[in-house]
Amino acid sequence: MRLQRLLVINMLSAIFLRARYGALFFPLLFCMMAWAMVGVPELSSRVTDLTGTLSAEQVSALENKLAAFEAKKGSQIAVLIVPTTQPKDIAEFGIEVADLAQIGRKGIDDGVILIVAKDDRKLRLEVGYGLEGVIPDAIAKRVIAETITPHFKEGDYAGGINAGVDQLMTLIEGEVLPAPSESSGENLGEGSFLFILIGGLIAGFVLSVMMGRVMGGLLAGLGSGLMAALVLGLAFSIAVFVGLMVFFIVGVRSTGGRGWSNRGGFGGSSGGDSWGGGGGRFGGGGASGSW
Amino acid sequence: MFKRLIVLFMMTVLSGCGYNTLQSGDEAIKAAWAEVLNQYQRRADLVPNLVNVVKGYAAHEKDVLTEVTEARAKVGSLQATPELVNDEQAFQKFIAAQGQMTSAISRLLGVAENYPQLKADGLFRDLQAQLEGTENRITVARNRYIAAVKDYNITVRSFPSNLTAMMFGYKAKPSFTVENEQAIAKPPIVDFGAPATTTGH
Repeated sequence: MRLQRLLVINMLSAIFLRARYGALFFPLLFCMMAWAMVGVPELSSRVTDLTGTLSAEQVSALENKLAAFEAKKGSQIAVLIVPTTQPKDIAEFGIEVADLAQIGRKGIDDGVILIVAKDDRKLRLEVGYGLEGVIPDAIAKRVIAETITPHFKEGDYAGGINAGVDQLMTLIEGEVLPAPSESSGENLGEGSFLFILIGGLIAGFVLSVMMGRVMGGLLAGLGSGLMAALVLGLAFSIAVFVGLMVFFIVGVRSTGGRGWSNRGGFGGSSGGDSWGGGGGRFGGGGASGSW
Repeated sequence: MFKRLIVLFMMTVLSGCGYNTLQSGDEAIKAAWAEVLNQYQRRADLVPNLVNVVKGYAAHEKDVLTEVTEARAKVGSLQATPELVNDEQAFQKFIAAQGQMTSAISRLLGVAENYPQLKADGLFRDLQAQLEGTENRITVARNRYIAAVKDYNITVRSFPSNLTAMMFGYKAKPSFTVENEQAIAKPPIVDFGAPATTTGH
């Protein structure tokens, strides 16, 4: 009630203002309309509960399970619980969420989103292109009808979601997918790669001050390439790459700025906090159900 | 500095002509349309199975069954080529035929609601789920096609890229419209007076 009254006051004042600042008000109105039309939640974690149905422990347990699966198999599974999808149909809502969140790896498109609209008593599995073979619509429908909804009918939301997610994992296990991008060993490589790169750059700038740009760049590039290959035991191609990068950034200074910013996102893929979809695409595959 | 400004200016002018935008728009439409065709084809492939399953339990529902079969045959007789997007008339015909099929299938599924045994059949349920999924995919593919055509048509019609479009013979492409939708949502002129039981759900 209070909120409504506030809204009315807001609108009234906006109308009053319009008389004076009409030119300003109209664009604002359009912005608001555009915002209202988008109106689909972003998925910034694997489990997004907008209804408070799951307890904090349940959320984190589910989250851990999904994270472990993602680390092992590479496929991303996300869970979204909303009160309602009105005025949209859950299928329409689902594809919008999927298009926005892009769960799944880019090019492999192996993402699944489980959407529960609690007050509508509807749910939907949105399956990415890459998993349509292993989770065809009929199977998705069965997961919903035979695994999840029996739990939901008893009010056991956590149980239903967990059972459904478990079954999805089993299904995806059966599909041969490319291995997850970086195991822990590779991460070490990434770290030392950055270490060498930065060290080489610092050395390169010092050297270039001392003996000129090209010469300094060349020396630093050679040095860091050698370092990478011999001391840290990186692969030969990576060593050459590091050397070349150092050379180009130091020796050909005008492109240096771009070289830096391009590499900015290098270590970001393994971040635990900022989770997001990997660029997977969806085409409306999956199934809907109700309980 | 001055040189760079000139280059920048030239680039703006050239891309302002919209030739590249037209090209990429054209490609995007082709891809989106291919997906639409793909999903319609998928649906057409499912229909014979559906008809067979329903026949097993409700063979006497001849009207609906023949209607679906005929719609399927009609869709199959139309050539679903990517070039359809350049031929407004053929496009409309194709869309109308697909629309007829949509309504025929939904009538068949509506009839199926009256047969508990059929509804309990595992194969039927799987087929139904697949059909539902395919209808949803069609919707998604159509929406993407509409979005692609919209972008493209804006380029074709707005100044100054319309001059480029005219010069190279790019025309606005047909799209799915709401009027069109209503026209095809009307039941086709088939006599199905007696057992019209489409009150499912």
